[in-house]
Amino acid sequence: MKKRYLIVALIGLSFLSLFVGVSHITPMSLLDFKSEETEIFLISRLPRLVAIILAGAGMSISGLIMQQLSRNKFVSPTTAGTLDATKLGILVSMLLFANASTIEKMIVAFAFALAGTLLFMQILDRIKFKDAIFIPLVGLMFGSILSSVTTFLAYRADVIQNMSAWLQGDFSMIMKGRFELLYISIPVILIAYLFANRFTVAGMGEDFSKNLGLAYRRVVNIGLILVALITTTVVLTVGMIPFLGLIIPNIISIFKGDHLQKTLPHTALLGAIFLLICDILGRVLIYPYEISISLMVGVIGSGIFLYLLFRRKSYA
Amino acid sequence: MIQVRELTKFYGKKAVVENVSVNIHPGKITSFIGPNGAGKSTLLSMVSRLLDADTGEVLVDKKDVKKMKSNDFSKRVSILKQSNFMNVRLTIRELVSFGRYPYSRGRLNAEDIRIIDQALDYMDLMGMQDSYLEELSGGQRQRAFIAMVIAQDTDYILLDEPLNNLDMKHSVQIMKILRRLVDDLGKTVIIVLHDINFASVYSDRIVALKDGRVVKDGPTDDIINSDSLKEIYDMDIPIKQLSNCRICVYFNS
Repeated sequence: MKKRYLIVALIGLSFLSLFVGVSHITPMSLLDFKSEETEIFLISRLPRLVAIILAGAGMSISGLIMQQLSRNKFVSPTTAGTLDATKLGILVSMLLFANASTIEKMIVAFAFALAGTLLFMQILDRIKFKDAIFIPLVGLMFGSILSSVTTFLAYRADVIQNMSAWLQGDFSMIMKGRFELLYISIPVILIAYLFANRFTVAGMGEDFSKNLGLAYRRVVNIGLILVALITTTVVLTVGMIPFLGLIIPNIISIFKGDHLQKTLPHTALLGAIFLLICDILGRVLIYPYEISISLMVGVIGSGIFLYLLFRRKSYA
Repeated sequence: MIQVRELTKFYGKKAVVENVSVNIHPGKITSFIGPNGAGKSTLLSMVSRLLDADTGEVLVDKKDVKKMKSNDFSKRVSILKQSNFMNVRLTIRELVSFGRYPYSRGRLNAEDIRIIDQALDYMDLMGMQDSYLEELSGGQRQRAFIAMVIAQDTDYILLDEPLNNLDMKHSVQIMKILRRLVDDLGKTVIIVLHDINFASVYSDRIVALKDGRVVKDGPTDDIINSDSLKEIYDMDIPIKQLSNCRICVYFNS
């Protein structure tokens, strides 16, 4: 899995993504700056592409960091309660501030995402039986508990339908002015890259890290903050995208190992590519309608996840 | 020299290490021996700063380890713990490169790469440097970890039961390597051992612990005798001299 092939695939798919859709836009029509096509292109298509790439890269890297720090290949924002905690945070922010601004939502949701992830890591520390499958199961249960609290609160406030609609991951609502929050993930990904070596060392355990003079706790906490930041921005702008943070890092790990400094760029690229493919398929399959991205990723992703589970016997 | 002064560690109300004072002599192999639960690993963990002592102090070259920066400390003392169970997919070379982490923080310069090559060569791992750790046998993996410690280039190397799960051939191989590290490179090795005969044949000094206290501390020849072993293990163990090895025959005692 060479980086340059991934880059070529990403560019090709990006181009395809820009010119697939209900309104017919061709590269030629963009030459006229005033045309309706150009306007649609700038207001809808381009933001959509940017959102897909940032969300795909961001969620994959969150998963990679979580897997490394928890030392478990099946831990990700989906399987550790991070997504559910974020969801709860968004709801709370809506209930607390009647007309919450994006930044207010962001801050409250971030606090919940971070708290939820930290809590999961605490649970993880206390579990003696660290089986590869058992830990994500605990995470899923933990997530379900948070999710039921969310549902209860939403039911009381009569916003259930509302919530389930906009938490469904969906790129069709992405437009200029509604996705810029995602830009936060660019510096976050860069910081993750700077910390790649530290995350790799931390992934080999506390004793191992201390032997090499690494401030283990601090590195873990920084990692979790990065994960919570990315997850929050993605859920707020796009909605929930399941499985992405789980399968992409696992595929890269099989081919390239776990040296984060080497695998982080690949993970980001493959995440963006995978999400682009799902999005294009979702737009084409029932044209002119659209299948939401969370459904597409859910179906394709769970298939790949099952494959990884069965494969695990022979490789892990 | 590592000086351990009146070190005590409680787990709950039970003292697992109690008032232990030991001097570790430089340029020697010192073995910690003793029955299960004697506090050997706990003591090793405190010397290497993995655990904080409740009271007492550890001095490395006359400096209190608590006052050393963790980066400086990791250039002087390295530790390998017994369970190097890892599900991280790294190649041997990547693992050994992390030995240079305290120096380079992950940005390897030419000097680092030379030292990594040297360590791989020393442990005879050059041919398989790109194999993943999970593909290796127990003995190969242990050699990879020791190569990492060699790359870390510390004066003091601490090992917690490095022979665990190794067969006879690989156990002997590892002990011979440790002997060479001391004799050729002038390292100081502290090792927790279960098999008294490996301690007898390969170490220069032995520290025997029992119930968290030091019961014997001295040159190997002074410890490996039936009277001392009786005191340490509560067993009558005859000693047989075979060429220049003293073997403890504990199997039917």
